[in-house]
Amino acid sequence: MNLTRIGAVIVARNREFYRDKAGLGWNIFMPVAMVLGFAFIFSNASEDMYKVGVLGDPAAAQSPFLDTRYVQFIGQDDATAAIDKLRYHRLDLLVDLRGVPRYWVNELSPNGYIVERLLLQSYADRSTTLQREAVSEREIRYVDWLLPGILGLNIMFSSLWGVGWVIVRYRKNGVLRRLRATPLRAGEFLVAQIASRLLVVSVVSVFVFVTTHALLGFPMRGSYIALALVFLAGAIALISVGLTVAARVRSEELANGLLDMLAFPMMIVSGVWFSLEGTNVWVQRIAELSPLTHMVDAARRIMLDGAGVADVGAEIGLLMLIAGALLALSAKAFRWQ
Amino acid sequence: MTTLLTVDKLIKSFPGVRAVDGISFAVREGQCFGLLGPNGAGKTTTLEILEGITDADSGEIRYRGLPRGDGYRQAIGIQFQHTALQDFQTVREALALFASFYDRVRPLDGLIELCNLGELLDRDTRKLSGGQRQRLLLAIALVNDPDLVFLDEPTTGLDPQSRRNFWHLLDSIKAAGKTVLLTTHYMEEASVLCDEIAVIDRGHIIEQGAPAALLAAHFPRALVRVPLHALTQTATLPVGFDRQGAYAVAATDDIDGTLKGLHAHEAALDELHITTPTLDDLFLKLTGHGLRES
Repeated sequence: MNLTRIGAVIVARNREFYRDKAGLGWNIFMPVAMVLGFAFIFSNASEDMYKVGVLGDPAAAQSPFLDTRYVQFIGQDDATAAIDKLRYHRLDLLVDLRGVPRYWVNELSPNGYIVERLLLQSYADRSTTLQREAVSEREIRYVDWLLPGILGLNIMFSSLWGVGWVIVRYRKNGVLRRLRATPLRAGEFLVAQIASRLLVVSVVSVFVFVTTHALLGFPMRGSYIALALVFLAGAIALISVGLTVAARVRSEELANGLLDMLAFPMMIVSGVWFSLEGTNVWVQRIAELSPLTHMVDAARRIMLDGAGVADVGAEIGLLMLIAGALLALSAKAFRWQ
Repeated sequence: MTTLLTVDKLIKSFPGVRAVDGISFAVREGQCFGLLGPNGAGKTTTLEILEGITDADSGEIRYRGLPRGDGYRQAIGIQFQHTALQDFQTVREALALFASFYDRVRPLDGLIELCNLGELLDRDTRKLSGGQRQRLLLAIALVNDPDLVFLDEPTTGLDPQSRRNFWHLLDSIKAAGKTVLLTTHYMEEASVLCDEIAVIDRGHIIEQGAPAALLAAHFPRALVRVPLHALTQTATLPVGFDRQGAYAVAATDDIDGTLKGLHAHEAALDELHITTPTLDDLFLKLTGHGLRES
């Protein structure tokens, strides 16, 4: 081992890194932005471990249960919608404290089990009888709820990096320059990239779906065509995000930084892992801008609620609208060099 | 021969430097036209403007007497100085990919034979040697049977044997009637291949014409050189000779007469050197610096 040579290579690589001002900027800015972003997202509920829906206004309710620490109490106006949130693990428990205390629990939720113990404990020394409703007519395990999100995440990462990062690499190493010297038009090249990635995403998603369905036996209650359309529309929207990032960027490190900056917040705020119920309202509004949010929501409704094409038409339309806008932007901004 | 490409008052600036400063020339059909100059002279920028890769700030380019239109890219072939191909692609796949971009395609069998790629068809393009890679890139440039071929320093970095093999290949292309626009900083290459050259320095064309005509216009036919110790009398040199260090040197168009003068002077001819001027000498004379030191 020649340490001199190794040192020279390290110095050269470091120079390459710090002289790429844009990439360096993102590498410094991104982690700071991520920390600040997470702090903002969870600023309202940083210590709360459980989420309990309260029908009506929690501030107006009287109950010893509301004094329980580390539980976030979230007001709910619509009982039906709130029960659905409970069913989909967006709430751990739902209570109605207006009159005779009544509560709903998802018997398949581990958090629900614990919060129910807390509720019963808070009324242990009182004579009040709590009215219990179980939400378990449909078996929805956490993994069932999670799986549409995981499929969506796979699509997101494949779409963003498979197109965005690769085009930047092509631009940097001269492949795009060589292609530009041919009659190939920019639009043709971009469409080819979209089609290629869609094919890859489709094949991989089908494989993941079939394999995990066989292994985990998750529910698929809705239309396969609807699910395919949702994932296709979502993939096109996310590929468009990748194309927009790659339209002019020449540095792979900057492209990585930009893609990270988009992917990680989407991964967090799009409701893949946990519900954003009770988080800052601005976070929820930002989540509405994410294609992943709409793709995952629609996929859950198809797989868990049995929705069909018409039921998720709005989500498909919105995803295509996002895709159309970003494709137009990226086509206009695209530079071969 | 008809004029294929006309370039008029081309200007291109980058921040802090005018890379191309009013270049004008014309390329005739079937001709091999060379742009010569050191690195940074502006020849690659000029070529990229002609290829349509870079836009000029001003100036006019006409192809077959007309502004370049949509069909221009179909009619030209390009070999860049530095080119990357997509990874995980064989020679056969690379040729097929580029062939798919054009309306008119040269039969690939003939192209493969011309560029001697027959044994490399299934090889990953990343595993080609320098010479093999240049042959593939030339084949890609010719895949659409172009009327005009741009070659940007096509032999830079090749070993002498590969370079000469490449020259033979270009001879075949020229023999097929193709028009070639070539940049190089190898003077020998320009001498062997080019019918006409334009010498570029700092964004300007400083001389243009057929290589032999340019040399004849600027230099005598030969330099005759003998060491001073080979002369029996050094007080007076033979007619036409000047003292240059330890040598007596004559620039002459009459080699026979000069040799007779040496013989009459009873000079020993064992260490006699007769050299002809080269394009390197021409470039040095025109610019005051060598081709590769600018």
